Amino acid sequence: MSISREEIATTARLARIRLRDDEIDDVTSRIASILDMVDQMQAIDTSAVEPMSNSLDAAQVLRSDKVDEPGDKIAAREALMAGAPAQQDGLFLVPKVIE
Amino acid sequence: MNKAKAMSNNQALHQLSLCALREGLDSKQFSSRELTEYFLSRIDQHDGEYNSFITVTPEPALAAADAADRRIASGEQNALLGIPMAQKDIFCTQGVRTSCGSKMLDNFLPPYDATVVAQMQQAGAVTLGKTNMDEFAMGSSNETSFYGKVKNPWDTNTVPGGSSGGSAAAVAARLVPAATGTDTGGSIRQPAALCGITGLKPTYGRVSRYGMIAFASSLDQGGPMTRSAEDAALMLNAMAGHDPRDSTSAALSCPDFCDGLEQDIRDLRIGVPKEYFDDRLDSEMAGAVREALTELEKLGATLVDVELPNSALSVPAYYVIAPAEASSNLSRFDGVRYGYRCEDPQDLEDMYTRTRSEGFGDEVKRRILVGAYALSAGYYDAYYRKAQQVRRLIKDDFDRAFEKVDVIAGPTCPSPAFRFGEKQSDPVAMYLEDIYTIAVNLAGLPGMSVPAGMINNMPVGLQLIGKHFDEATILRVAHQYQRATDWHTRSPVE
Repeated sequence: MSISREEIATTARLARIRLRDDEIDDVTSRIASILDMVDQMQAIDTSAVEPMSNSLDAAQVLRSDKVDEPGDKIAAREALMAGAPAQQDGLFLVPKVIE
Repeated sequence: MNKAKAMSNNQALHQLSLCALREGLDSKQFSSRELTEYFLSRIDQHDGEYNSFITVTPEPALAAADAADRRIASGEQNALLGIPMAQKDIFCTQGVRTSCGSKMLDNFLPPYDATVVAQMQQAGAVTLGKTNMDEFAMGSSNETSFYGKVKNPWDTNTVPGGSSGGSAAAVAARLVPAATGTDTGGSIRQPAALCGITGLKPTYGRVSRYGMIAFASSLDQGGPMTRSAEDAALMLNAMAGHDPRDSTSAALSCPDFCDGLEQDIRDLRIGVPKEYFDDRLDSEMAGAVREALTELEKLGATLVDVELPNSALSVPAYYVIAPAEASSNLSRFDGVRYGYRCEDPQDLEDMYTRTRSEGFGDEVKRRILVGAYALSAGYYDAYYRKAQQVRRLIKDDFDRAFEKVDVIAGPTCPSPAFRFGEKQSDPVAMYLEDIYTIAVNLAGLPGMSVPAGMINNMPVGLQLIGKHFDEATILRVAHQYQRATDWHTRSPVE
């Protein structure tokens, strides 16, 4: 299952990663070699095997949807937002989306 | 300070184990402040050569040391109280930059501490700083860090391993008595092996992942990097435990990991997988590991041949699962809430794309692309689902082997430390560095690496793999081995 230059370009666009024209070929060949290695898996029949997403087969833990962190909520929000690239009045600022 | 600088029992302070440092602190041979100043000055003098730290924090460290001295004076007993440590720069530290080795987080000051950091601070450990690492823990050589490569203290022309290469180099060079690491496919064990120290990856779920920046969430696990198994047990006591803030944290009580270390290993059956001694293993490495196995036999353990028939598929399965989880985890780095944002974005799309393209390094981008591709429509079954099925086969292999044995032993990695640049042009060659460690993460088992020989003056690692939540038994084997051998006491520095 080799991968084409176009598939890499599409995947990069979906992942919001820009590849320069002069690096797409190199990235494609490196990823193709990774996928060739990965394709060794196709040699074995796994049709009867249940996929495993957690090595202990543990179920997701649930809790009730309520705030349980103690303390001043406004101060906590401000601390969390202190590192934002741009913010105002408790909101994250981004470039204008709607004209 | 002079007293501390001089010696303790005729041994330089930086060569003392955690136990010996504890004794020295409790018997007032030196204070935590003296110890902290001593190690800070070692970092200052020597780390220019190794680049093992990204951030050193002298002021908070000295304040923590003074607080520890007050606690010691009041009679408090705690194994890590007043002992200097380093945290891998993947663990969030409140108000102290946590970069994960990436330009993306070069300006990130976490608003909270990781659970591991909080627990170690409560125990009174003194954090000296944050150690260098491969960017977002993606690498086996520490060459992908935004902050430059880390050098192996045994030979500065060779890699320290990765991704916890900064922690491994710092402990090996005696810049700090112990450090934390994280291990997704071998990132504690492989650098421990290459730098000649002891590193333990606990069972998945044993140590909280809260505040540990995610790479591949179903595989990531934090653990201790120390100079001996006994030190690792002491440190694991402080790191482990159930954490309601991590939904995959195991709701089990932890034993005291130091209990039982002194028990002999005559009752133990140790499995030796033939697949771990294939032609990919360096022949001198094979010899050194076989010698270590013979030593375990001399100590009374019974060696048993076991089979792990699907182990060759662990690297392929890992390089679907880990990148897939990474592509999902790293989607949060979009320039909106924290971290890097590109200059003058034209619109939202431009901001996301340029932020990510400028903020991530090449290996991280490559893994995001592999992961996004493996998860994309039309390929999910062929890649992701298939990898999860192979993952179960790999775990079943271990389950079967552990019906016959208590511990599995073999090499940690195929060869000793390699030179910078040697594997950079070929990602697959680099990935094969982890052929003996990756299966352990896929199966969620505890594994450790202990120093077990030297090849051309470069360290060799013996890997010990245990049953789920049975860190105690591999620690016991490692400790008994270290009582009988002195490889773990070898030091690249005086």
